[in-house]
Amino acid sequence: MELSAAFLLAIRALARNKLRSSLTMLGIIIGVGAVIAVVGIGQGAAAKAQEQLAALGANMLFVGSGSVNRYGLNVGSGQTKSLILGDARAIARECPSVSRAAPGTGTGQQVVYGNQNWATQINGTEPQYFEVRNWPFASGTSFGEDDVSQAATVAVLGDTVRKYLFGSSNPIGATIRIGTLPFKVVGVLAPKGTSPGSGQDQDDVIFAPLTTVQKKLLGQDWIRWIMVSAVSRDASYIAQRQIESLLRDRHKIRPGDPDDFVVRNLADVADAAAEQGSVMTILLTIVASIALLVGGIGIMNIMLVSVTERTREIGLRLAVGATEEDVRKQFLIEAMFLGLIGGGFGIAFGIVSSLVVSRALEWPILIPPYVVVVAPLFAIAIGTIFGFYPAKKASELNPIEALRYE
Amino acid sequence: MAISNPTIVRSAAKSSSTAPLIEVHGVRKTYQLGETEVHALRGVSVSIAAGDFVAIMGASGSGKSTFMNILGCLDKPTAGQYLLEGIDVSGLTKKDLARIRNQKIGFVFQSFNLLGRTTALENTELPMLYSRVSKKERESRAREALALVGLADRAEHFPAQLSGGQQQRVAIARALANQPSLLLADEPTGNLDSRTAVEIMDIFQRLNAKGLTIVLVTHEPDIAQFAKREIVFRDGHIKRDDVLPSPQVASDVLKTLPTIED
Repeated sequence: MELSAAFLLAIRALARNKLRSSLTMLGIIIGVGAVIAVVGIGQGAAAKAQEQLAALGANMLFVGSGSVNRYGLNVGSGQTKSLILGDARAIARECPSVSRAAPGTGTGQQVVYGNQNWATQINGTEPQYFEVRNWPFASGTSFGEDDVSQAATVAVLGDTVRKYLFGSSNPIGATIRIGTLPFKVVGVLAPKGTSPGSGQDQDDVIFAPLTTVQKKLLGQDWIRWIMVSAVSRDASYIAQRQIESLLRDRHKIRPGDPDDFVVRNLADVADAAAEQGSVMTILLTIVASIALLVGGIGIMNIMLVSVTERTREIGLRLAVGATEEDVRKQFLIEAMFLGLIGGGFGIAFGIVSSLVVSRALEWPILIPPYVVVVAPLFAIAIGTIFGFYPAKKASELNPIEALRYE
Repeated sequence: MAISNPTIVRSAAKSSSTAPLIEVHGVRKTYQLGETEVHALRGVSVSIAAGDFVAIMGASGSGKSTFMNILGCLDKPTAGQYLLEGIDVSGLTKKDLARIRNQKIGFVFQSFNLLGRTTALENTELPMLYSRVSKKERESRAREALALVGLADRAEHFPAQLSGGQQQRVAIARALANQPSLLLADEPTGNLDSRTAVEIMDIFQRLNAKGLTIVLVTHEPDIAQFAKREIVFRDGHIKRDDVLPSPQVASDVLKTLPTIED
């Protein structure tokens, strides 16, 4: 039989049982849709996590004093006095894999501007901090080296603080009060979003010169953390070991004794997040594939019913000269069509549902083009594989018995 | 009913060989039913010339259906030889047998076996779907065949819209579509009232008059009277094989039967 005639025959056979055909396709639609949605949402989430990690800082390492919260960026809790400014200078100077090091300390304070007030984190640091963090300015500039050496009362605002204190008006040049001290706003940072490590709002922060915060807000001369950037991402692990051995040396810690500092490599966080994401994607893909498999079993089931129902038709076709191959082809094409049409609708369903999810969760979606090609091919393959047995069964019918079948 | 356009029936006179269309030598068929062997055919030999019209009679279980299935290349004999147009069919593959059924044999069944929700025209085209016939030619040949059985005006009707006699005529048109050399009819009038049965026999007689070889299985002696030759089966053997000296003419019989309004 010509292929065009066989295709027409298959379409007509499927059209004859519209409800049944569409229910059978529904299994494939849900399967393909689920695969596309899962991959789309998974890839989108992975891309977003990568973006967030990149925003966190270039090849960044975090050095904290003694008891620092394990989740790295929660820098407020270092209560020991083990880290000093000299450590930061030594790291920058002596570790070959380190490109920059920014010392810092911090305190929580109430901030007031006009009739607005806001409780936030005040971090004291040095200008290179913004380079380490890869953090651009939305307006204004950083405080300078002079501001640090003179302990000037100048401040750089995070985007969240700006929003709460200034709303839509321009904060540059305005004077805010931190605790009891007036500070002049010199810059506003671009929004950075939540931290992928801790989920903390990174924009809910004010930066001031290190010395200002140490002397005028805290009355301390030690530092709580050092933000370090390695020369490259691969170098960050070497940099971590260099920092560890340097600090143990400087702090005169004997071999075997525990560190009085913590070094956290953000590449670790990135790797952990990526791994978590890919494990999730694999699990969801397995679930979606199971859905697709169940859809395939649905095709097989309905094709078997169809073969039984059409036994006489098959007998007749064999009697008037259809070869086994003709009959097999006829049923295979029907099963393939179920897969193909189901796959087509499945793509649409997958794209629509991932768009809905992305709207609802404010997650980006990223549907790789290969999925749109592979998923329906997979659906056709499933139709063919699961249609094969019923088609074989049909083609092997004995025409004499098939014609007598009631 | 008018039978027009006779080109679709392959004339026996044009047949290249003078050998009989069907030659069967010592054909046996044994089925294995669990432990017991069932001998459906116990050595059947018969020869049917092109242009003949044979009625095969016999009680159920006599072997006549098995014989028909073998003639129709739907079944293979356990032993013996079957030559169709001089070709030994017993040695052919399934695929070759399908080809022979498609090209040389037309089937007509008791229960019509038309495809539902498929027009008379498309039903008639069915055998041509399995041979290399262009779509255009399929349609013209199917229309020709439908005209031959007097259903030219019913081509677009579905089986459910046709009477039993009309459905059987579609089935005959379908059997003729590939211009076969042999028409096998298995109780073609079994589901029809007596007048319609005679109408169908009229069609067969006209087709036979144009040279088509017909083998008809029936258990109704009235129907067998329209054939030229009667073969009676019993217990897997041919019991009788008679040439009917003066077969009934269906068109004459029809005149004596009351007309039933459609």
